[in-house]
Amino acid sequence: MTSEVADPGEAVAIAPSADPGFLQRHGASIEYILIPGAALAGALVVFGIFVALFGKNPLDLYFYMYQGAFGTWFSWQNTLTRAAPLILTALCTALPAQLGMVIIGGEGALLIGALSATSIALTMPSAPPLAVQCAMAAAGMIGGGLWIMLSGGLRQYRGVNETISSLLLVYIALAILNHLVEGAMRDPASLNKPSTREIGAANMIGSIPGTDVHWGLVFGLIAALASYILIYHTTFGFAARVAGGNIRAAKIVGLSVGKLIMTVCFLAGASAGLAGMVEVAAVQGRTNANLAAGYGFTGILVAFLSRQNPLAVIPVAILLGGINASGGLLQRRLGLPDASVQVLQGIIFVFVLASDALYGRIGFLKGKS
Amino acid sequence: MDFSSISRRRLLQGSAALTLGTALGARTAAAADTTIGFIYVGSRDDYGYNQAHAVAAAALKKMPGIKVVEEEKVPETDAVEKTMESMINLDGATLLFPTSFGYYSPHVLKMASKYPKIHFEHCGGLWTDKDPKNAGSYFGYIDEAQYVAGIVAGYTSKTGKLGFVAAKPIPQVLRNINAFTLGARLANPKATTQVIFTGDWSMPVKEAEATNSLIDQGVDVLTCHVDGPKTMAENAARRGAMVCGYHVNLSPLAPEAYLTGAEWNWEALYPKFLKMNASAEGIPNFYRGGLQEEIVKVSPYGPKVGEKARKHADEVKATFMAKGLAIFKGPLVDNKGKTVITAGTERGQKDPELEKMDYLVEGVIGATS
Repeated sequence: MTSEVADPGEAVAIAPSADPGFLQRHGASIEYILIPGAALAGALVVFGIFVALFGKNPLDLYFYMYQGAFGTWFSWQNTLTRAAPLILTALCTALPAQLGMVIIGGEGALLIGALSATSIALTMPSAPPLAVQCAMAAAGMIGGGLWIMLSGGLRQYRGVNETISSLLLVYIALAILNHLVEGAMRDPASLNKPSTREIGAANMIGSIPGTDVHWGLVFGLIAALASYILIYHTTFGFAARVAGGNIRAAKIVGLSVGKLIMTVCFLAGASAGLAGMVEVAAVQGRTNANLAAGYGFTGILVAFLSRQNPLAVIPVAILLGGINASGGLLQRRLGLPDASVQVLQGIIFVFVLASDALYGRIGFLKGKS
Repeated sequence: MDFSSISRRRLLQGSAALTLGTALGARTAAAADTTIGFIYVGSRDDYGYNQAHAVAAAALKKMPGIKVVEEEKVPETDAVEKTMESMINLDGATLLFPTSFGYYSPHVLKMASKYPKIHFEHCGGLWTDKDPKNAGSYFGYIDEAQYVAGIVAGYTSKTGKLGFVAAKPIPQVLRNINAFTLGARLANPKATTQVIFTGDWSMPVKEAEATNSLIDQGVDVLTCHVDGPKTMAENAARRGAMVCGYHVNLSPLAPEAYLTGAEWNWEALYPKFLKMNASAEGIPNFYRGGLQEEIVKVSPYGPKVGEKARKHADEVKATFMAKGLAIFKGPLVDNKGKTVITAGTERGQKDPELEKMDYLVEGVIGATS
């Protein structure tokens, strides 16, 4: 209610120094909820039209999506199970983004993390489970961390584009994994599905008590929260964001950009590596080609939809987990092909990216300046 | 370009990967006596492995009192566990067909222990006494059909050079390559089979490259063992080469170039399974068979197959049907000159040694590692 508003009473009530109203004061925060929410709603409407063209009732669609993702306790567990690895792999893209880097190789770090975690577990057959699990987590994080550090190093010291190098490293990681799984690390009993030996049932980390959801979800929540604090509430994070904003300015004020890049890349890779460790220790029990299920790639989508905010990664991962969880129901009840869920994801992605243009331009949220 | 298309495919897979199955509470359609769930690792219309199962599932749908629910593109991760649970809890499925090899351990085994009243029939796995009694595995000796196709290929090839586009050097694949080659050498003792391994089950770009490269080297009849033979068949036909199919009848894709092929006959097996399931004994936990048991079949011959080839192939097929035939018998030499089966030894289809095959027979050009 700026002075243009033709309500004299209100104009009088507000001091001439123009304390902005609630909407204006919290405009930025509201935008962060309103704009992605509207983008999501828009995407759902467009998807509904798309589905209607196939002769299906869009209202059924929305009902099944809700049922499948959040409608029952079983659905919630399904959604959270799918969200768990996505939080960790999304951080692999979101953290380097603070430095202005576009890392899309989370899948590679996940595979290397899984391979490292399995390797260490297989070398300590008689150790107590807790020791094995801690060693696996450490190995997974170090393996994944070093893997993404490779991309960071190539960028910092050799001028190689980190987007390309991290993507190509995914294929190298997959080749290494296949080579070891089909060669040196192969369990001779795994005839038609080359795999490593199993880490043993005792060493599995199991589920969160009372649920079917594995501990990867808790690791993800902790990692996302820690990343948020690191980026927005520490000097290190501030330095990283400065370097991300203007790398030359950062160098001029004496920030060690190389060290920042390497550290952030390590942390990013470590979280994807941890996702790999969890897939081994909570789901597969060994390493084989099943691990390349694309969590690393979906993580990129999550990170971009979260606008690279480590905290926003959590709800977005749950949302995508829910969409994926409901996908099966759409197939079974509506007879839609699996690809329809990809269409929905694509539409959401386009809407969210396009909605970026709206930030700071919504009239009623802007204070008068 | 190779990388760009792979990466795009992996990205799509990435999102597909998560796109799975799940839940729903309310609107479960009632009335059906038995609900059967089919789970596929790829898409239902891949002209390959998954389509072969989906065709049979479609046949079951027409039977009275049977309801079929299906989900495609379910990865071999905990996603498949959630899909199975969702089919059990929300659709009321009592018999499940998780059809991909990688679903078996640990996923099917885990769910079979958790839901002892539900029956799990897994395609391809090796059920042992230690596994849950409500789980079972079935598979077909499709190498018998490959052997017959090899005979046809051997007669029809003008260059005597046959080509095989294969996924991975695992026993099931090697058995097919070897059977095809042994069949071809019955017709033409000088025939050779050049094999190219693409490294994975679904790599359309590499499959196309392998097809072209084989044809460039003078190969004029091609076959394959990958999940979707469509790429190979269409490319080979376009280049003027002849095609032996795999998984399903590929003649609609290449009506002129199609000679014959090794097909699954699941639509004959699954109704038998339903009958067994309803009986007191149930479905045997370990079920195998070939042409005689009608688990596999040979495609009808194409227009280019001559009289001599038809006659010889029909004779061998009749022997398989009537009393069975050992494809692998001594003396058998591998392509490195080593005797792998000594003279006088016959390895019948159920011989466990064949499940461990790690060699390529004489006449195959290529290496397992």
